[in-house]
Amino acid sequence: MSAGPTDAHLLERAPFLLRDWLTHALPEPLRWFANTLIAIAAILAIFGTLFALLTLVERKVLGRVQNRPGPNRTGWFGILQPVADGIKMLTKEDIVPRAADPLLHFLAPVALLGFSVLTFAVIPYGRDLVAVRLDAGVLYFFAAGSATELSIFMAGWSSNNKYALVAAMRALAQLISYELPLLLSAVPVVLAAGTLSAPDIVESQGGFTWGFVPHWHVFTPWGAAAFLVFFISALSESNRSPFDLPEAESELIAGHLTEYSGFKYALFFMAEYFGMCSLCGMAVTLFLGGWQAPLAALEFIPSYAWFALKLCALLLVFIWIRATLPRLRMDQLTRFAWKFLVPLALVNLAASAFWSLSFGWAGPMQALRWAIGIALAVGPFVLLGRRLGAGIGPRTYRYA
Amino acid sequence: MSAALAIVALATLGSAAAAMLGRSLLRSIFMLAVSWAGVAAFYMWAGAQFVAFAQVLIYLGAISMVALFAVLLTRQSRDEASPPPAALRRAILAVVAAAGVAAVLLWAVAHSPLAVSGSLAPATSVRQLGFDLMGRHAAALLVVGVLLTIALLGAVVLAADGAQERPGDEP
Repeated sequence: MSAGPTDAHLLERAPFLLRDWLTHALPEPLRWFANTLIAIAAILAIFGTLFALLTLVERKVLGRVQNRPGPNRTGWFGILQPVADGIKMLTKEDIVPRAADPLLHFLAPVALLGFSVLTFAVIPYGRDLVAVRLDAGVLYFFAAGSATELSIFMAGWSSNNKYALVAAMRALAQLISYELPLLLSAVPVVLAAGTLSAPDIVESQGGFTWGFVPHWHVFTPWGAAAFLVFFISALSESNRSPFDLPEAESELIAGHLTEYSGFKYALFFMAEYFGMCSLCGMAVTLFLGGWQAPLAALEFIPSYAWFALKLCALLLVFIWIRATLPRLRMDQLTRFAWKFLVPLALVNLAASAFWSLSFGWAGPMQALRWAIGIALAVGPFVLLGRRLGAGIGPRTYRYA
Repeated sequence: MSAALAIVALATLGSAAAAMLGRSLLRSIFMLAVSWAGVAAFYMWAGAQFVAFAQVLIYLGAISMVALFAVLLTRQSRDEASPPPAALRRAILAVVAAAGVAAVLLWAVAHSPLAVSGSLAPATSVRQLGFDLMGRHAAALLVVGVLLTIALLGAVVLAADGAQERPGDEP
């Protein structure tokens, strides 16, 4: 973590000033250690609170969509519901099946949570506000994220329950299928920005065309397509509806979580929400300009506030999608990944390469560049979509 | 320096040995995953961040899954242990094969020219690595890339073929 911007105004520097005020008395090596500790504590505290609030907001929003009040008994408008849930989870009995592998059964939720927390380290939350500056930050993010799959399998297998095991295999098939488009849709951004470091990718999206169109990657043809693919894959990677088959509570007895109870069960949920937050944070970083303001006139609002705003907006879309879309079936889910998202992401790579190569085109060639770019992004989308839906008519209910 | 290396080496080799000696196939795979993570930690220790992350992404993320699926889709029962060495002949053959592999590996290691410098390992940045891969080793990178893309396309084609004509598959 660096010293922070020096020419920015007070609010922008506030996190750094607060940190330096806390640690300025310490000698140099200790100070670095304390600064790192403070960064870790801040990330854990902020995202822990966000997790608690998100569970409440999710239930409230779902209630609103379904025309019911949602939790409204604990505190003002149910504001104390997360606290009540937390106390309930902490005091519940932790059941370990007799035939289970006790060590792996214990390690699975811990490892899952650990790996999901690790992903937070490289996301730039604001100007210079990143816990660890890594040259290969994006690669680190996906590496830490991919290690969570092993923990899910650990949970399913160590429970010694055939339903949990089958569900874990199902979850693995889903996670592997969607990991590929997730990675492939991040590659064009790396190609365009020319770096794997997350803060540098955000920096590369600074500036405006005609003073009001920000240079975010989502406003380019390939960027919009890649964002779509990334977002859908992120929904699936974080086990969110409509891809929440691994833990389809009402249909499949909770999948790999069948034999978990009490606080371990809560840890799984925490990891799921953390994963959701970090994937949204990465989406904001890669495509939505990270901490950059959408208008030059709005740059007086501190960068971390913009990041938080964008993150919360994406999280709300996650919840909105959960309230709107029905759950997919397993074969539809894998078919969608392999026959639609993966080819689309591969073609999009070529579109991005074209966009980088035609960087110098000006005047009327600029219009041609946009036309070709849009054709390269939309064409495969339409063609592949037609092919995916071919022969599958609208569903008819003959006996209903 | 050496303390960290010793811990990493101990964890890597220890988990590899546990994976080899264990009777439960699935637990062996978990130990193997720990061993791969240890190799990643070693890369990290050596200052090769990029390779370390790639190691985690590929070995922990993908190869361990392949191993798990291979075991789960082929084994008969949950607690099936690997069979004990049935006969002396089999044990001798195993030792001979292992010694052969070890000899080839040792020969390769002993005869490869390794530039040993007295100082610490040179810190190669990701940028440097990229330039090297795209410049000097561009052909090799291209071949690997084409191979992987063909494998990926093959997987897509396999998926596209099977699912289409099955009756009753409509949603």
